[in-house]
Amino acid sequence: MTCQNSNCQCGSKGTSDFSELTPVLEEYAKVPGSLITILQKAQDLYGYLSMDVINYIANETGIKAAKIYGVATFYTQFRMKPIGKYLIMLCQGTACHVNGSKMIEEAICEELKIKDGETTEDGIFTLNNVACLGCCSLAPVMMVKTVNGEETYGNLTKEAVRIILKEIRNRES
Amino acid sequence: MKVIVGQGSCGVATGAKKTADEFEHQIKEKGLNIFVDKTGCIGTCYLEPIVDVYDDEGKITRYVRVQPDMVSEIVDKHLINGEIATNLEISEVDKEFISKQKRIVLRNCGLINPEKIEEYIAVGGYEATRKVITSMTQDEVIEEIKVSGLRGRGGAGFPTWFKWNAAKQSPGKEKYIVCNADEGDPGAFMDRSVLEGDPHTLIEGMIIGGFAIGASEGVIYVRAEYPLAIHRLELAMEQARKNGFLGKNLFGTDFSFDLRIKAGAGAFVCGEETALIASLEGERGMPRLKPPFPAQKGYWQKPTNINNVETYANIAWIILNGGSAFGAMGTEKSKGTKVFALAGKIKKGGLIEVPMGLSLREIIYGIGEGIKNDKEFKAVQMGGPSGGCIPVELIDTLVDYEHITKTGAIVGSGGMIVMDESTCMVDMARYFLDFTRKESCGKCNYYRIGTKRMLEILERITQGKGKDGDIELLEELAIKIKEGSLCGLGQTAPNPVLTTLKYFRNEYEDHIYNKKCTAKSCKALLKFTITDKCVGCTLCAKKCPVNAIKGELKGKHVIDQDLCIQCGKCEESCKFNAIERD
Repeated sequence: MTCQNSNCQCGSKGTSDFSELTPVLEEYAKVPGSLITILQKAQDLYGYLSMDVINYIANETGIKAAKIYGVATFYTQFRMKPIGKYLIMLCQGTACHVNGSKMIEEAICEELKIKDGETTEDGIFTLNNVACLGCCSLAPVMMVKTVNGEETYGNLTKEAVRIILKEIRNRES
Repeated sequence: MKVIVGQGSCGVATGAKKTADEFEHQIKEKGLNIFVDKTGCIGTCYLEPIVDVYDDEGKITRYVRVQPDMVSEIVDKHLINGEIATNLEISEVDKEFISKQKRIVLRNCGLINPEKIEEYIAVGGYEATRKVITSMTQDEVIEEIKVSGLRGRGGAGFPTWFKWNAAKQSPGKEKYIVCNADEGDPGAFMDRSVLEGDPHTLIEGMIIGGFAIGASEGVIYVRAEYPLAIHRLELAMEQARKNGFLGKNLFGTDFSFDLRIKAGAGAFVCGEETALIASLEGERGMPRLKPPFPAQKGYWQKPTNINNVETYANIAWIILNGGSAFGAMGTEKSKGTKVFALAGKIKKGGLIEVPMGLSLREIIYGIGEGIKNDKEFKAVQMGGPSGGCIPVELIDTLVDYEHITKTGAIVGSGGMIVMDESTCMVDMARYFLDFTRKESCGKCNYYRIGTKRMLEILERITQGKGKDGDIELLEELAIKIKEGSLCGLGQTAPNPVLTTLKYFRNEYEDHIYNKKCTAKSCKALLKFTITDKCVGCTLCAKKCPVNAIKGELKGKHVIDQDLCIQCGKCEESCKFNAIERD
């Protein structure tokens, strides 16, 4: 399954050990309409959807890889690149916008030296702007997600968000 | 005696989990035999974390903004000595935030533990389901909903009974009932609160709807951004199955019904029925031409009924209290109550449920207590990206489907974002266009390319590069996009621009011709100056990235306007409020 095209950017290394995905495919591969569910479970397992995992799912389900890629890139939840240990989901909903979410974004970008959608060099943080987290009365809001769960922070200020990020970074180093 | 800590997403975000842990810790340490429990969203988000102490006679004392370090005071005074810690208790004024409301959809939110079916049953839960399945016909159920006048709460306001009836009359044995819990409107969170605070109400509404149209299977399409909601819903479904409310031969009849959850993957357009169905089938969520309507050909080409969470949450109440009791509330064509998410520059934000037909003034000033920091009210945005901004002149508009639509906005799912004098209306329009442009599914050319062009125009206006003719170009594009789009999303996407142009045209003109932002919000159009309040601390000069600020220590500083890039760093850093925007 190694990508044959030397100019291709898909990043396929031809790895094919996706045994963790076997129970998921056993449960869903034959159930019509389960593609999104399979992709969600694959992303939960590997953190993102690599071209290899897409090719693997295509082989196992019989759905064309191009179609899987089409579905995966349609929805904002799916990522095609690895993310940091802490995924910062910064709310850009209307209430957050009115209450200054852009300033919070500025503070995060300054503090971590990354832009929306990017990951820090040490692989600790990824910043993603999201549409609405539904905590509008506490705007501006962000959710920080790790494999162990997520934590929501409300009524953010530039200072508050810097302190939160510094605390996480201290914990990690 | 028991202690209940509100733990909806809002509560958790303000630290309610830590407060609850602290209660458990102290109760254990002090050897008390008191149970700490949780409940869902209470609606008064601005008071979170909220703690209710139930004494043995059932009297409830509510404490607000309870941080972990305040727990010991409540434990010592109230739990041990039986005295109310009055300084931490909710104020009379704050009590009115809830007492002024009429709660049907939110009737159990914040009162019961959403993770325990017994508590839902104790307040009359699943009685409506029993009544429907054991003693009513499909037509009787639909008739009751017709009498109630309930209209879809997801946005379009289509009569619920009509959709149910169409799905019922569609031929075919296999039918589906679907709940749209993909609450995508940025600024509305009532569905999340119901899912987190009272999931069984939704399940009941879907069982009854399923019975009425003749479906034996239901699907709940929930946003992936709502992990707590998915968790509580899964738990509730499992408990309902164990108690015989979901599964085969319910209440010993021939009627079988079960539910499953499908987590959405993030696409605003999936709020549109046909796009939602495509997504359920594992495809890209792209709308298709109607007819055939989902009631005729929906999920897997079978008759399907789709309603949103809030609509279903009304059903059990209507069955138990009668359609006419629901219809007695509200206005002539908009019956019952509606939940609104009050947020933005409002003093008291949260979820409120009121009868249809109150005025905006009653909601914003009567319940929300007006604008934060006593600034001037400027406008309220209703209906999210498909809606519009209603200006202060129209603050006495009645809130129902008809009156709000007349202003150019829509009731939508019930988001109400309040804005004050410092909110720039051109920037608001730009914000929404940025949102709708990103959310285009790509099918319709006018929407896909037109919104991009509109966004570019709005961006240059807010950056001070607006040109003569830009307003007319925006208007032309807006009309073309409305005409040239297939689904509701495209047809309404230009609304935020059209309503702001209708009511705030002068702001657009100010930006373009006078290079001024009326609200002093668009940074590129601002001039920062230093006033006499300056004490010469030199902090701003150090923070300025382009060295535009000059001055001696302890002397007044000056900004060189030719060098200034309007980044606002000086304003942020000044501790003496000496930087002015002009």
